[in-house]
Amino acid sequence: MATFYGTEVASRLMLGTAQYPSPAILADAFRRSGAGIATVSVRRESGGERAGAAFWDLVKELGVRVLPNTAGCHSVREAVTTAQMARELFDTPWIKLEVIGHADTLQPDPFGLVEAARILTDEGFQVFPYTTEDVVLADRLLEAGCEVLMPWGAPIGTGLGLTNIYGLRTLRAQFPDVPMVVDAGLGLPSQAAMAMEMGYDAVLLNTAVAKAGDPAAMAEGFARAVEAGRLAFEADPMEPRDMAAPSTPVIGKAFLE
Amino acid sequence: MKITVNGEATEVSADTLPAVLDELGYGEAKVATAVNEAFVPAAARGEVTLSPGDRLEIVAPRQGG
Repeated sequence: MATFYGTEVASRLMLGTAQYPSPAILADAFRRSGAGIATVSVRRESGGERAGAAFWDLVKELGVRVLPNTAGCHSVREAVTTAQMARELFDTPWIKLEVIGHADTLQPDPFGLVEAARILTDEGFQVFPYTTEDVVLADRLLEAGCEVLMPWGAPIGTGLGLTNIYGLRTLRAQFPDVPMVVDAGLGLPSQAAMAMEMGYDAVLLNTAVAKAGDPAAMAEGFARAVEAGRLAFEADPMEPRDMAAPSTPVIGKAFLE
Repeated sequence: MKITVNGEATEVSADTLPAVLDELGYGEAKVATAVNEAFVPAAARGEVTLSPGDRLEIVAPRQGG
């Protein structure tokens, strides 16, 4: 079980709800993923549209906890206001805090992120900051009141996997007791398995599943990879070594020369 | 008066926030609001009177990653 802000979650796979070919495929992907947490957002609605209510009904049928995001926010003010609106709409103190600092990479703005995290924590939010693998930034976010960290694997939507394995290993090692989720940039289940083998508590992805040819099958693939990676981490893997070492006993080998 | 609703110039005759939402067809819709970039909780909408040029944002649940 992974625990985020005192809430235990059975699945270590968190799944986004965007970009699926249809609501039915979204629902199918969630079923096959076993995900217990779904990310959602808030967007403008016109009078009489009622798209929000229809989407909300679909999410409720999934039977998962929701993690609203502040996707697309580039300033502290915008992120804080979006979080406040999301809390009211989704009736949860959880917020996936995104403060974007760079348009091409969607890299978090570390300075705005810390400021927004502090404001939201003071207002009673439970903040899941979308951050980088930077250990100093992680420390500041924890000081600001975050009890979960969500470093990126790679820029959002790229599917490049874990682009800074050293950095992610270092971050994990520096804060062994902080729940951490690799969020964004994953494209394949093997990459999710690797994050889990490194000791990350969960992974969060969206595009890799939603944009696969068969989203539901890919969702199940990720679910199995996450489980496999976690099992491997808990099993305490062997240390790699440079020299070969025979696995079959040497003693007792027939002498045939 | 003319206000901006979700980025578009909009003519409204009502002036309190709940009345403007009604006039624009939101009724009992599941929406959250902000006026001039500041969140207005649903319970506090009755206390908000809009002025010409105000910027009103109205959002609802959507898909997200």
